[in-house]
Amino acid sequence: MKYDIILAGVGGQGVLSIAAIIGMAAVDAGLRMKQSEVHGMSQRGGEVQSHLRIADRRIFSDLIPAGSADMLLSMEPLEALRYLPHLSPDGVIVAEQNPLVNIPNYPALEDVLVALRAYPQATLVDGQGIARALRATRSSNMVLLGAASAFLPLPAADFEAAISKIFGRKGGAVVAQNVEAFRQGRGLTTTAQAG
Amino acid sequence: MEKFVPLGNEALAQGALDAGMSGIYAYPGTPSTEIMEYVQRSKEAAARGIHRQWSANEKTALEAALGMSYAGKRAMVCMKHVGLNVAADPFMNAAITGANGGLIVTVADDPSMHSSQNEQDSRYYGRYAMVPILEPADQQEAYDLPKYAFELSEKHAIPVLVRLTTRLSHSRADIVRGEALPENALAIPANLRQFVLLPAVSRRNYAHLLEKQRDFEREAEQSFLTRYEDGPDKSLGIVACGIAYNYLMENYPDGCPHPVLKIGQYPVPTRLVAQLVEACESILVLEEGAPLVEEMLRGYPFDSGKVRGRLDGTLPRAGELNPNLVAKGLGRDVPEPGYTTPDILVGRPPQLCDGCPHGDTYRALNEALEAYSKGRVFSDIGCYTLGALPPYNAINSCVDMGASITMAKGATDAGLAPAVAVIGDSTFSHSGMTGLLDVVNANAPVKVVIVDNQTTAMTGGQDSPATGQIEQIAMGLGVPEEHVRVITPLPRQHEANVAVIREELGYEGVSVIIARRECIETAKRRRKSS
Ligand SMILES: Cc1ncc(C[n+]2csc(CCOP(=O)(O)OP(=O)(O)O)c2C)c(N)n1
Ligand code: SF4
Repeated sequence: MKYDIILAGVGGQGVLSIAAIIGMAAVDAGLRMKQSEVHGMSQRGGEVQSHLRIADRRIFSDLIPAGSADMLLSMEPLEALRYLPHLSPDGVIVAEQNPLVNIPNYPALEDVLVALRAYPQATLVDGQGIARALRATRSSNMVLLGAASAFLPLPAADFEAAISKIFGRKGGAVVAQNVEAFRQGRGLTTTAQAG
Repeated sequence: MEKFVPLGNEALAQGALDAGMSGIYAYPGTPSTEIMEYVQRSKEAAARGIHRQWSANEKTALEAALGMSYAGKRAMVCMKHVGLNVAADPFMNAAITGANGGLIVTVADDPSMHSSQNEQDSRYYGRYAMVPILEPADQQEAYDLPKYAFELSEKHAIPVLVRLTTRLSHSRADIVRGEALPENALAIPANLRQFVLLPAVSRRNYAHLLEKQRDFEREAEQSFLTRYEDGPDKSLGIVACGIAYNYLMENYPDGCPHPVLKIGQYPVPTRLVAQLVEACESILVLEEGAPLVEEMLRGYPFDSGKVRGRLDGTLPRAGELNPNLVAKGLGRDVPEPGYTTPDILVGRPPQLCDGCPHGDTYRALNEALEAYSKGRVFSDIGCYTLGALPPYNAINSCVDMGASITMAKGATDAGLAPAVAVIGDSTFSHSGMTGLLDVVNANAPVKVVIVDNQTTAMTGGQDSPATGQIEQIAMGLGVPEEHVRVITPLPRQHEANVAVIREELGYEGVSVIIARRECIETAKRRRKSS
């Protein structure tokens, strides 16, 4: 088994905390993992990506070969488009549908969403809307993680355990909020898949 | 045992702690910063009282590490590749003094220049200084390395260079920890002249260093980081240095059919290279960074054409490697990506945070400079370098730490006056103070704007060495008190700030304008942790 994920977003959107949760869930399940991160200049509001690889055997490269990622998980719709060449032809896209507009030449949102919807296996998620309804605006990335989790080779309980471990320091209320955001996200793709 | 999934940098840091390191010295710089940060967070390092404060720059850091080695203890100094330029003087000379307690000089290179001004390859420095160089390929090797490196350093009384690159520094993997060693006891060198580089001592030490080269090469050949893996298909032999080995094996998950020489330690183990070259019809050299090994193998000017790599276009001459580039270099079929990016995609360059103090400083500076011709603002390295981009377009140079002040002086010497130098507080204490002394001694019409956000923001908000002392430093260096001005970069102070800058631009001598307001990211983090 081998599963390669490109995580994408804008500096400050919590790409690395999602990577940490998936990575922890994988390692706790006895899998091997490698995860390359972006630190430095681009974290100042620029494009940020992380290559996350999990497998049941030794992983060599820290980078995912182009054209072979199983999933593209993006906190931002335009950023999802950026890494399409990394995706395998039968890979899935899970992306936030609300844009982060911090550049003057951001394309028309509708064009971005249309471009994304053109891919056979793209799921656009209103992570920010769902998080707001839960009064947990900072948990929108957990909604995305939940939506993505249905495709990943690990059970939901493993992710929830990793969320509890990572947010445990911040107290039970924060953990509960993030777990709830995760569950709502997961509901979006499990029902879609069932239907 | 708790699962351990560290970054390459963190693996090295924990490895050094477990190898009995007594002190770590560093100045921040991507991609090396997390090595020191890991030790600063470590409860174990705190309990052991390990030295783990930031230094003012890479030169002071390396010298302090050398001092700890002199005293018999194990020390490590860490920096980014360009930091070794700053520390080159102590580095080259430490090869001549040699070490007493184990001394590791860790340098993280940044091929592809993700966060750097250039992509220089530190292995050249190691070769120049003629010290052993270690280059781990993965996180486990990074963890295992310090024990071996400290022993190597003590066995041969020589500093050891450890070379990391961005991808290993900033990539996590699950690894296994080993037993921890105790720290060394205090023990000054047996020969109290060892570190006195008077010509007579230097000549003796240097002869000694030359003699040891053969030992170093034998060590490289037997190192746990070096391996000759035979393969049946001798049409090609592959030299894979450091992390390039992973990209090679990614292409052959069930084993490489060609003989492979994995190199993780230098000087280049020539016996193993000769074995590979003799056995194989052609050779492909895979190395992250510059074609250092490839150049040696080509043996200019008698290049037989047998060796391929970055110099003949088999691989790109610049930039990082990756599995796809290596696949192409191997002549394998690379699957075309299924998808391409649509035309509507645009870049998203980094930018100053909303409400960043630097933005307010640039708005005021731009307005004050409207009366002058363009192109007279020299700057430096930090978040404020983003002032080169729209909407500010405010600065005209960024070269190396501290260069803003001295380049501005040179420009005024040439007649471009007044000139402005925009420099961060951390950069100023790293390498700006000596340049300011030159400006003062010439009373050159340089307007030094110190953008004092009270932190080293670009690298993640480390403490800035001169916080709280900048006025005194400027005055102590001889800037007249009335021309040391402090402004608060806030939108509501805009008019007042423009007026101060205008006034100083009109003054014919040296001025220092300190634009002081805390970085909002650092302020946020500080509030959270208190
Ligand atoms: C010789 C050298 N060391 C380290 C660095 C990495 N580096 C780039 S910017 C920077 C920090 C600058 O801090 P400061 O001058 O206070 O500016 P700020 O980012 O806070 O605006 C560092 C450490 C470098 N480029 N060159
Ligand atoms: S991190 Fe601080 S100094 Fe850097 S851009 Fe943001 S607010 Fe400005």
